[in-house]
Amino acid sequence: MVYDALVAPFADFEFMRRALAAAAALALGAAPIGVFLMLRGMSLVGDAMAHAILPGAAVGFLLSGLNLFAMTVGGLIAGFAVAILAGVVSRVTELKEDSSLATFYLASLALGVTIVSVKGTNIDLLHVLFGNILAMDNQTLMVIAINATVTLVVLAVIYRPLVFECVDPLFLRTVSRAGAPAHLAFLGLVVVNLVNGFHAMGTLLAVGLMILPAGIARFWSRDITGMMMIAVVSALLSGYAGLVLSFHSKVPSGPAIILVASVFYVLSVLFGRAGGIVRRFFPAPHLEA
Amino acid sequence: MVDPADGAGCTSGNGACGQRRALGRRIADDRGMVARLQFRDVTLGYERHPAVHHLSGEIASGALLAVVGPNGAGKSTLFRGITGILKPLAGSIALGDLDIRDIAYLPQSAEIDRSFPISVFDFTGSGLWRTTGAFGRLGRRECGRIAEALAAVGLNGFENRPIGTLSGGQMQRMLFARVLLQDAGVIVLDEPFNAIDARTSDDLLALVRRWHEEKRTVLAALHDMEMVRANFPEALLLARGAVAWGPTGQVLTAGNLSRARQMCEAFDDGAAACAVRVPPRVA
Repeated sequence: MVYDALVAPFADFEFMRRALAAAAALALGAAPIGVFLMLRGMSLVGDAMAHAILPGAAVGFLLSGLNLFAMTVGGLIAGFAVAILAGVVSRVTELKEDSSLATFYLASLALGVTIVSVKGTNIDLLHVLFGNILAMDNQTLMVIAINATVTLVVLAVIYRPLVFECVDPLFLRTVSRAGAPAHLAFLGLVVVNLVNGFHAMGTLLAVGLMILPAGIARFWSRDITGMMMIAVVSALLSGYAGLVLSFHSKVPSGPAIILVASVFYVLSVLFGRAGGIVRRFFPAPHLEA
Repeated sequence: MVDPADGAGCTSGNGACGQRRALGRRIADDRGMVARLQFRDVTLGYERHPAVHHLSGEIASGALLAVVGPNGAGKSTLFRGITGILKPLAGSIALGDLDIRDIAYLPQSAEIDRSFPISVFDFTGSGLWRTTGAFGRLGRRECGRIAEALAAVGLNGFENRPIGTLSGGQMQRMLFARVLLQDAGVIVLDEPFNAIDARTSDDLLALVRRWHEEKRTVLAALHDMEMVRANFPEALLLARGAVAWGPTGQVLTAGNLSRARQMCEAFDDGAAACAVRVPPRVA
């Protein structure tokens, strides 16, 4: 019975195994990146960037159909272009970076949806908006796995400068020149992981496995290492549970994964050890010293 | 990344005290060389408005100098110039054969994100950046040095606390521990004792005296004249330019102080370009 519900879907169907592998790779790369986005107060920037990659992917789609390589490259180009343009506009004009980014991502989203609708079918549009983690071919799976690996390696290399760029940038500037390159590499990783998420979950939910696990981790740990561990574990769990849920119900897989993560998030907000609501209203007795 | 001279300092002594002595010697040996700070008619400021105007002079290696002056006198600006964060509008600051990374700088309002989830131990450990670089491991010896620095500022037992839980005084103690680890030849402290109680500032002043005994150059911006008179042999009274500069007793006279207070703090938008002829810049 339990086996039928929890294991059989993956034992019996190859597409479910592939989906699970994709979700796992996605979780390993995106969750640690999400923790840094959250700690830098950039969660919404990540969200905006996710929509910004759409027209690039759509142009790739326009030129060569559902070709993975073309869509990935297009997405990367569009993501970096919007990030740089938004930065330039906010430096040159009075507009703050957040509002210029919002403008660019709305324009990007509209442009992307238009391109896909004109050229493709409604099925294509759904695919682009919500992804299709249940239809992972070898090529897509490989790209996601490689992106996740690159993310973890690069993150390991830039980790110390990145942490101090967040916590004490002025000090970092006086001891090292690694701050700015580390920040740029980090932004690159954000875009790479958004493209990853785009293939599996679509443009609307691509940031889901970045932001939600980070938010969950915030309520369970006060230490950055612990946060990243918890974020990865909760992303893996959400991926698995979401796939099981979508297998047994009519819920599409991408939204199912994010819904499960949202449930974890709500539970964490309520019961989290580190600043959860219940702890706040019913605190444990204070200590002697 | 690793300074070879630093490595030599580490291997020459087993205990930390030995290390410290060895290091003191190293800096003492260097004194014959040009390890001094020189201001060559330097003007520092923001958007063409000078905050430090045509300052010339020299700080000898191993000096213990208090920089005093009213708010807006240009003390912080001067320090930002010395540490290379602010580029001079004119003139130059010569560091001799000092590397910019051999200056430990404790800014007035450190841009520290105190909500960041990092422990006191890990944060303080960043003071060893020159030894460890971005990738180096914190081995047993490094961990020992960090623990020792925290003990020296009276923060034993705080190693695993997140930095967000520290009080203002504890935070300042931790930042001093990091300066201690940076093991720098020049130490620049911008109003280090603001909003700090007497006991903490006494403890930290003892560290400043120790740095002076180790022949390091220490510059501190201060407002407490009693503290300056009691602890700092030299003083620079700054009011955009140097009002007085020399032995503390001769600098902190009533006349000098009131002259400094009357200095013009205005940031005049209509100001004309400065007419003082700038001598050709010496590279």
